[in-house]
Amino acid sequence: MAVLISPLASGNPDGLERVAEDLGFLGTGLDAPYQILPDYTIPFLGETAISTILAGIVGAGVLLGLLILIGRNLRRANGV
Amino acid sequence: MLYSPAQLHIPDGFLSIVVSLIFWLITIVMIGLAISKTNKTLGEKQIPLMGVMAAFIFAAQMLNFPVAGGTSGHFLGGALAAIVLGPWAGILVMTSVVGVQALLFQDGGLLVMGANIFNMGILTAAIGFGLYRMVIDRNKGTRLAVAGIGAWIATMAAALITALQLWVSGTSRLEIVIPAMLGVHVFIGFGEALITVAALAFIEQTRPDLLTPEKSTTSGGARLDYCRSFRFSDGCTDISTGFW
Repeated sequence: MAVLISPLASGNPDGLERVAEDLGFLGTGLDAPYQILPDYTIPFLGETAISTILAGIVGAGVLLGLLILIGRNLRRANGV
Repeated sequence: MLYSPAQLHIPDGFLSIVVSLIFWLITIVMIGLAISKTNKTLGEKQIPLMGVMAAFIFAAQMLNFPVAGGTSGHFLGGALAAIVLGPWAGILVMTSVVGVQALLFQDGGLLVMGANIFNMGILTAAIGFGLYRMVIDRNKGTRLAVAGIGAWIATMAAALITALQLWVSGTSRLEIVIPAMLGVHVFIGFGEALITVAALAFIEQTRPDLLTPEKSTTSGGARLDYCRSFRFSDGCTDISTGFW
């Protein structure tokens, strides 16, 4: 649900970003050495709502799978 | 207004190498502790719950909500994760969320990932859970209120530690960065509290068993049940060691 409305998220700089801008150290931030899904978009779809929704679904899905995998391993290691 | 969420977390370059490495070290130790603790304690129904919680926190973090003065804030989720899953599983969930955000979405730097995990995941989980477990015996209203207060304090603590990291790194001056970070996060903390309380109220309404699982009919009360549900032999005392 949250993913579907994510394109409506505020585009204003967030708390840390705003402070960094105001205090003049935003420019010291370095870009990532590579980009996979930058700024929560699918690259070939551009910065569109559908692109953000898909990126959100990918992220949520990856995390769902990852945590279930981690959880199962932790449980199995217990020998239960 | 159709905007995609911007960068949300500390990027590389904001913190010095030394600060980044120190917080990576602390974070790695805490993750190690979290793994060894959950390794012995993870319950059957916690596994899908961890996955759902991670997906929810990730999605909720994408929703920047506007706060005063052309600034926005986003949900952190550490307090919520720790209250629902216990502190150690909560830390694993938060670590995964921040890790995936940095690795897949280029949100938050790699060198500073340890600091991002500590600030948003470990510190918030410790504060959120620490306060909540004190009122676990109380009625629903008190518990939700304390969860909200805990979420607000956790957000302020995360802002404060970030400000201190920026100061120690020589990025900004202490007397400037602390009021700036805290001032903005007073409002972001309200959003954090709202989402945390709403999510907990929703879980209590639909699946109350998730918050007090494996209820024993013998003795010990809700608090011990809550603590035992994370399979700590001697209740909450054991959970808190390592935090305080």
